[in-house]
Amino acid sequence: MVDFGGWDMPVGYGSQIEEHHAVRRDAGMFDVSHMCAVDLRGAGVRPLLLRLLANDVGRLTAPGKALYSCMLRPDGGVIDDLIACYLDERWFRLVVNAGTADKDLAWIKEHAKQIGVAVVPRRDLAIVAVQGPGARAKTLPILPEADRAAAGALGVFFGVAFDDEWFVSRTGYTGEDGFEVALPAEAAAGFWGALRDAGVAPCGLGARDTLRLEAGMNLYGNDMDETVTPLESGLAWTVVLEGTRDFIGKSALEKRRDARDARKLAGLLLLERGVLRSHQKVFSAAGEGEVTSGTYSPTLERSIGFVRLPAAADGAVEVDIRGRRIPARLVKPPFVRNGKPKIDI
Amino acid sequence: MSQIPADLRYTKSHEWMRTLADGTVEIGITDHAQQSLGDLVFVEVPEAGRQLTAGDACAVVESVKAASDVYSPLTGEVVAGNAGLATQPELINKDPFGEGWILRLKPSAGGAAAESLDAAGYEAVVAAGG
Repeated sequence: MVDFGGWDMPVGYGSQIEEHHAVRRDAGMFDVSHMCAVDLRGAGVRPLLLRLLANDVGRLTAPGKALYSCMLRPDGGVIDDLIACYLDERWFRLVVNAGTADKDLAWIKEHAKQIGVAVVPRRDLAIVAVQGPGARAKTLPILPEADRAAAGALGVFFGVAFDDEWFVSRTGYTGEDGFEVALPAEAAAGFWGALRDAGVAPCGLGARDTLRLEAGMNLYGNDMDETVTPLESGLAWTVVLEGTRDFIGKSALEKRRDARDARKLAGLLLLERGVLRSHQKVFSAAGEGEVTSGTYSPTLERSIGFVRLPAAADGAVEVDIRGRRIPARLVKPPFVRNGKPKIDI
Repeated sequence: MSQIPADLRYTKSHEWMRTLADGTVEIGITDHAQQSLGDLVFVEVPEAGRQLTAGDACAVVESVKAASDVYSPLTGEVVAGNAGLATQPELINKDPFGEGWILRLKPSAGGAAAESLDAAGYEAVVAAGG
């Protein structure tokens, strides 16, 4: 067990590599109750999020549709990354990181009170992520019977709320299909046990990290924080600068976008044996950088990671691993999606 | 929780030693060490002929979680590194006191040895959180 944002969480229930493969090949589950669901309710909720989020919730027109976004400081630094789900015109649900939840809530409340939006953290809910090609089929029969049809019909990146308690979304942090299920905390142990009986493998933080890295997904605190912008974090695809919408951090991003000392976050593939780890130094023709996340990829059987380095860097680089320079190559994430390698190794 | 065979000698840094019939000493890491490291993905073993002094870093075991040095408990010459670990580092997870051995060493006569422990002594180190 390790401390993670104030929560005691298991690194693994057994072999972390076997847990990883269970998710890529069939189905695994993660207790992610540390993540904080936050309900925003009121007529002003959409205007609030248009202002608070770098991605554009104006694009959420179908009820249930979810969006990944960063929430920025005025200087463009990343306060947190989150999922926003549009439920109706007076109700959006956010899911934010554990370690940042308190500061997120303070920031959101400060802006929400001006337009009369209620901010309600849902600490009463547990969240279980069930992920893998077999995850949905194994989960559906275990959901409350009345909820199965709607959950089974969910499109990718859609969610559905049932009576303000059970909430099912077709989202995740693994690069596989699956559900994230929020439910009353007192129902969580029974739900977990039923999933285990259905053959879903319990998985810990260790497998969660190798899966998200293979999927090319950032981890807040490692790959971005308040000192960097989303543009320097491989997240330009989540920032909508076009148009007249004025979100917090927009003008700072526009100024820093073309800066001479611009940096980027790139994928990194180690070409020899060894394991990339955060904070290792990286040497490129365009200048030095640093590994922000690194691990061993059980799917590729190579070491992979993310590196922040000068934007002009490309191709071959070297990584300082325990005093030796090991060749590596910059690649475009994701490394793995839906069980299949997405890069040449 | 972890296994500590009674017939081996141990170090505080979680290596084990087994004296073979020909007088060479087989060295590996303990069950407790492999459990702490988790799934091993990369092991670097020393080449035959390398001279080691007790306390030298002689191998690297790297898991998904962390990299760790293995220290030679004895002074002597490496007779063999376990070549099987190059392709199957998980042998250390599966059988730390058997197929997961890391190196065999021919101790030098009169060579220094690091302080070693019997099974009970090592068990106390593990119990103390070492």
